[in-house]
Formats: sequence, structure tokens, C-alpha cells
Amino acid sequence: MELVFVFLIFGLLGVVLLSMNALLGPKKTNPDKEKPFECGSPYLQNEIKPFPIKFSLVAFVFLLFDIEVVFFFPWALIFKEMRGPALVIMLAYGAVLAAGFIYAWKKGAFEWD
Amino acid sequence: MTNTGFVFDVLIPVGKIVAVILYPMLMTIVMIWLERRVVALMQKRLGPNRVGFQGILQPFADAFKLFLKEDIMQDQADPLLFKVAPVLVMFSSLLAFCFVPLGEPIRIGTYQLTLWIAQSPVGLLLVLGLSSISVFGVIFGGWASNSKYPLMGALRSVVQILSYEIPIGLTVLSVVFFARSIDLVEIVNHQSQAKIWFGFMLPVSFVVFWISAIAETNRAPFDLPEAESELVAGYHTEYSGMKFAFFYIAEYAHMVLVSSLVVIMFFGGWLAPFPNVPAFAFLKVIPGFVWYLVKIMFFLYLYVWIRATLPRYRFDELIRLAWKWLIPLALLNFLVVALIRYIL
Repeated sequence: MELVFVFLIFGLLGVVLLSMNALLGPKKTNPDKEKPFECGSPYLQNEIKPFPIKFSLVAFVFLLFDIEVVFFFPWALIFKEMRGPALVIMLAYGAVLAAGFIYAWKKGAFEWD
Repeated sequence: MTNTGFVFDVLIPVGKIVAVILYPMLMTIVMIWLERRVVALMQKRLGPNRVGFQGILQPFADAFKLFLKEDIMQDQADPLLFKVAPVLVMFSSLLAFCFVPLGEPIRIGTYQLTLWIAQSPVGLLLVLGLSSISVFGVIFGGWASNSKYPLMGALRSVVQILSYEIPIGLTVLSVVFFARSIDLVEIVNHQSQAKIWFGFMLPVSFVVFWISAIAETNRAPFDLPEAESELVAGYHTEYSGMKFAFFYIAEYAHMVLVSSLVVIMFFGGWLAPFPNVPAFAFLKVIPGFVWYLVKIMFFLYLYVWIRATLPRYRFDELIRLAWKWLIPLALLNFLVVALIRYIL
């Protein structure tokens, strides 16, 4: 019930706020106004050409770590009841990830070049 | 009979939702004023002091000006993504506020007025998840603009948020160890019973979380995605009018959200300070909501203070700080906390 209200009110607010500019703002079209921003000079390139993305390896290492963190949450809630085995299992799991982390570090995943 | 049912089932929830929308927006307005004025005074300038008392009406004037602006979309932009992006950024951060408890429940007769819209058993994960959705808005905005500065700002933002998400997750875990719950209300209740705030038990977690949170909200000294001296305005360069305002409000709402999380997880949420000193028991007279606001204002002031003090990081230094310092530190801290918790 409350969730329905949340979406109704948020949606209404969004429509009202976003239509403000169309209702109140000026409408003066100008071909120069609709060019991409280039500090006032003529735009230099018409499309975005492929370019190297630094730190793309970080995204892969992030996937591993984010899944690790997700697994840790339920474990952190119940490991007191599970006593010994829980800690050993998680330490083994963490050790594998730590090895991967060190490997990525040595491979230079966290360097600019 | 039906009348009171209407009040409790419809009016109070709707009122709370309106309050949850107004609260981040009012905080945004206060923050814009505080930031401009405090940074100006720290730099021996005056800052806005003309409109209203001490310039407090300046952000209202700025907001109203944005209503009256023309909505420009450059001709090569992707129209759908360009329009979706600001909405996604704004509403993911507003939605997260539904789960943030602002104070202890107030009893009115038999009815209990809770100062949160929804209490979820996984509230902490929900808030973190919802606040991470805003990165999609940043990517969409940067990509759909089809212009080089927004695209580079968006790419920087992606790598930055990916890097700093992990220390946040790992430090939140150490709080979960002690609270044994991911319910935000339960975490505060646990600190109330334990009579100590987690920030004093887990100082390393708090510091790592706070540094990562500044990076997550794209604030100085980690404001690389919108570094004005390099990328004009970063991912919202091509936006104008209310769409720009959405990005702007979302950034400040995000700061308020992160400060709320810090206060709730590490500094006892709405609890009065010095719970174990009998001489300070009179502080409990002040309602919890006020304590919460005072604590939150401290952290928002800290944001401004840090911005005025520290120069901006270089991008590779930023990534190196996350992966070579914060993540190993967070992992080590996590291990130590787990072992301590195991022995206790």
C-alpha cells in the first residue's frame, strides 16, 4: 500500500518538475545551441572515436569482490551459531580471493599503463 | 471509525512520503548555502550574503531560476536515455530515503508513528543498492549526451564507483558482525542496548567507510567525474534546466543519505550522546530526531570542510588509493573484526 503511494507521488512529482521548463522556459531554437559543448569553438569531431579505457581490468576484479561481499553478508549474520567450520570455510574462500587479488596487483591491473 | 482508518492508512503514509521528498530537497538548499558560504569564509571571501538573512534565500533563487530555463538537448543526443538519466539518478536516491530511520517511533495514543516509511529486514543492503543505481543514470547521461566531456566524466565515475564500492561493503560487514542484523532500525537499537556506538568500537571501519563514501558521492577531493578544470562539468555538461537540477539535487541527496548511513551505523542514529554517563542523562529529553539532525549536520559540514581543505586527486592516484590502500586495509580490518567477534 505504502509502496503504491511512493511510486504515485514520486511519479507525479517527476512529471510536474520535468514539465516546468516546457511550461515556463523560453523556446528559442538555434542550430548553434544544439551542438555539443566545445568551449564556444566549432565542434572538432562529429562522433566519438574508439579510445583506450584505462583501468578496465578493475571492473573484472570488482565483479569478484562484489560477489565475495554478497556472500559474506549472510555468513556474518549466522557465523556465531555455526562456530568453527564457518570461520575455516570463509578463511579458505577469502584466501583464494586474496591470491587472485595479489595476482591482479602484480599483473598491474591497478596501474595507469 | 472509517474516518480514523482513512487517517492512519492514507493521510499519514502520504504525509510521510511528502516529508521524505521534501527533506532531501530542503537539505540540498541548506547545503548549497552552507557550502558556498563556508567555503567562501574559509577562503577569506564573503560568498552569497545579499538575498535574505546571510544569503539564505540565494539557493531558493537559484532553484527558481532553473524552473525558468530552456530545456536544451543537443541534436546528436540519444533522446530516450538523455531523458531517463536524470530521473534515474534523482529517484534512486530519493527512494533510498524511504528506508532511512530518522528518529525513534512517536506514540500518539495507541498509534505508533514511525519516522521511516518502510522497515526492511535487509534495509542496509537496500539503501546501498538503491544508492548504487544512480551510477546507471550517470553512465546513461554521459553516453546519451554524445559529447566528449560528459562521456569521459561518466567513464571516470564508473571506475571510481566500482573501486570504492568494495571498501564500503567490507566495512559495512564489520557493523553487521556486531549488530547481527542488516535492519537499520535494529542496528540503532543494538547500539542503544550495547550503550556504545560502533564508531568507537570500529574506528578503522568508520574511517575507511567515510573516505569511500566521499568518493562514492563524487565529492572533493575525489570529484574527478565533474572536475571543472578538466571536464567542464563532467557527465552533466549537456544538461540544462530541471534535468540539470535533478543531477544537482541527487548529488546533495546522496551526501545526506551517506551521512545518514554513517550516523546510523557508526554514531547511534537518533540516540543521545554519552549513554553510559549518568550526568548526561538529561540529554535524553531532546527528541531523537534533533540528535539525528545535529549529527548529520556535523558530517555534512565535514564534507564542506574537506572540500575547502584538500586539493583534488589525480585519477590514477584515486584508483591506487582504493585498490592498494583502502581495500587491503578493509580486508585486514574485516579479518581482525571476524576473529575478535569469534573469540568474544
